[in-house]
Amino acid sequence: MKVTTQSFVDNAREALSDARLGEAIRFAGRGSVARRQAVVDRLPEFDALRDAARDIKTHTLQYLDVYYEQYEAKMREAGGHLHFAPTAQDACDIVLDICRKAGAKNVTKGKSMITEEIGLNAYLEAHGLNPVETDLGEYIVQIRDEGPSHIITPAIHLTPEQVAEDFRRVHTDLPADRDLSEAVTMVHEARAVLRERFLAADVGITGANFLIAETGSSVIVTNEGNGDLTQSLPRVHVVVTSIEKMVPTLEDVSVLLRVLARSATGQELSVYTTFSTGPRRENDGDGPQDYHVVVLDNGRSAMLGGEQSEMLRCIKCGACMNHCPVYQSVGGHAYGWVYPGPMGAVLDPQLLGIEAAGHLPNASTLCGRCEEICPVRIPLPRLMRNWRTEQHERGLDSARARLALVLWLALARRPRLYQAATRIAARLLALLGGKTRRLGRLPLAGGWTAHRDLPAPEGRSFHSQWRAQRDKRQ
Amino acid sequence: MSGGKSDNKARERVLGAVRRALGVRGGENARLAIVRGRLENRPRGPVPARGNLAAPGRVRLFMQMAAGADATTERVKRNEDILPAVEKFLAAHDLRHELVHGADAFIAALDWGGHKNIRRREGVARGSDEVSLTRAFAGVAETGTLVMLSGPDNPVTLNFLPFSQIAIVEAGDIAGDYETVWQRLRQHLGDGTMPRTVNWITGPSRTADIGQMLLLGAHGPARLHIIVVG
Repeated sequence: MKVTTQSFVDNAREALSDARLGEAIRFAGRGSVARRQAVVDRLPEFDALRDAARDIKTHTLQYLDVYYEQYEAKMREAGGHLHFAPTAQDACDIVLDICRKAGAKNVTKGKSMITEEIGLNAYLEAHGLNPVETDLGEYIVQIRDEGPSHIITPAIHLTPEQVAEDFRRVHTDLPADRDLSEAVTMVHEARAVLRERFLAADVGITGANFLIAETGSSVIVTNEGNGDLTQSLPRVHVVVTSIEKMVPTLEDVSVLLRVLARSATGQELSVYTTFSTGPRRENDGDGPQDYHVVVLDNGRSAMLGGEQSEMLRCIKCGACMNHCPVYQSVGGHAYGWVYPGPMGAVLDPQLLGIEAAGHLPNASTLCGRCEEICPVRIPLPRLMRNWRTEQHERGLDSARARLALVLWLALARRPRLYQAATRIAARLLALLGGKTRRLGRLPLAGGWTAHRDLPAPEGRSFHSQWRAQRDKRQ
Repeated sequence: MSGGKSDNKARERVLGAVRRALGVRGGENARLAIVRGRLENRPRGPVPARGNLAAPGRVRLFMQMAAGADATTERVKRNEDILPAVEKFLAAHDLRHELVHGADAFIAALDWGGHKNIRRREGVARGSDEVSLTRAFAGVAETGTLVMLSGPDNPVTLNFLPFSQIAIVEAGDIAGDYETVWQRLRQHLGDGTMPRTVNWITGPSRTADIGQMLLLGAHGPARLHIIVVG
């Protein structure tokens, strides 16, 4: 996927002026927040489950190498093949090699953000293969030649009318004048078109929400059932995943599954949760004959042990973007890469470099809603601040931001000067506020006051009021 | 696909990077013991109290939660009542009396002789199959979830290719929570052993990818009818 994180500011401006986009995102956002809340309210144990989910992930990351050894032994015992991919290029090469050895031409894909991260579709296409996305949302963005704008609902930025236009453009063997005014007609059309692809596929590629060390299994979670047709019909099933997906036991994965669907889509559980272990068994009449798991690092191991390692707990539920005022205003494409929203603002700088993705951790009001609802309690605002600190220390922030910080530092380090300055500022703002005590316009803060008023100070600074109180008491 | 040298090198690169970042060498006895302990003891997290019910309430909760996920459910007393329920379902949806099922002995033992009007085929699902008849290993009351094990008895494609799926679950196999079912599976197949796939199914297939409208039957069955027996 093309990286445009550098132009976040322009991307965001463009997105904000797109009324149709704004309508689509806000409509979806309101619904997902309400659905999650309703299902969470029905489960009194939800917060205890979040604590347990956090602890399971933290524990597993601490012993990750040992769990992989255990996992590897179990999945090999079941007849699976495990491949480690240090980089995105390695992962693409491994998958291509598997496809070639299988003599594959047609490849179906379940939804997988890791394959978006490594740009697998473009790579396979460039080498003569024909990969088809089968999750409806992913299929829609694939035929539009776009990336997903949300990690759970990839086509969230589109209206049904836009999808109808694309179906008419791409499904040319169907009558051009057919009625596509209802979404249900389009779902049936996609079902029929993709059914052919499922049955013709040589290799099926899925992601994994979890790997289980106890049993050597990989787990996918879907609502459509496309991931299951992808992995059950072709001769070869390839799982492409990343190192942090490991959990120790079936008990542990049960805890995580209880928070995943509720956080992601506001369901008690997704329709299909599938635990896959090895290829088909001796007497099985269906299922793949070969089962491969490709585990991608791509810079994640460097996060272990440090402050940013908390990000590796992420189970990719997307709740942070559903609750983020910035994502809800600009949508996912503005972020410029695979992972948008708060989780992307922490993860993208790690995977792309802070030089490339530096805008993202700054595109946050640090309001804290993402941390409040995160099912594995990742302190996203703190992790974004860590990136800001690193940017500043390495001199990567803008000259204007640096100048402002230098001036602020000079003021904050000189108590007398600070008090004098704030005293004057408070009086001045009180005067400007007038009778209404509100400021509709402020120099240097026009962007802020364009949408709301600043309550004017009472006229005296906190310091001077504090001193007056203390004097009175003595 | 043989592992080969490059696979081993890549494995060492990734696991080596993990160990360096964690500040460990790998193979430390204390760390191995902690992992072994967790895999042996398998501590449970918080288990929702809602499923912790006596049998009648558990079955009721299972049916209620499955209906909440848009499955249709019905309860029959005896095995003899199953095929009449199947016929009723087929007639209600105007479906041909044709279905596909696996080699499950429970299904084989149903009174097919008394229901010769239902044409059936034993095996895996094909693209042309409209209806499948399957038997669940278990049900889970907390979310109304069916637990299916792949294999010749109930081939995995029966759960996904047909437009309508009928699933039989015995009332005695309905557990309160997932943990209970995992424990039962370990007794059934042995510790740490899984069939090719374990499928948790909670309602029929759906999508909301077009304009956020929830629609059933995206790729898998648009109808899931659950018959609880006993």
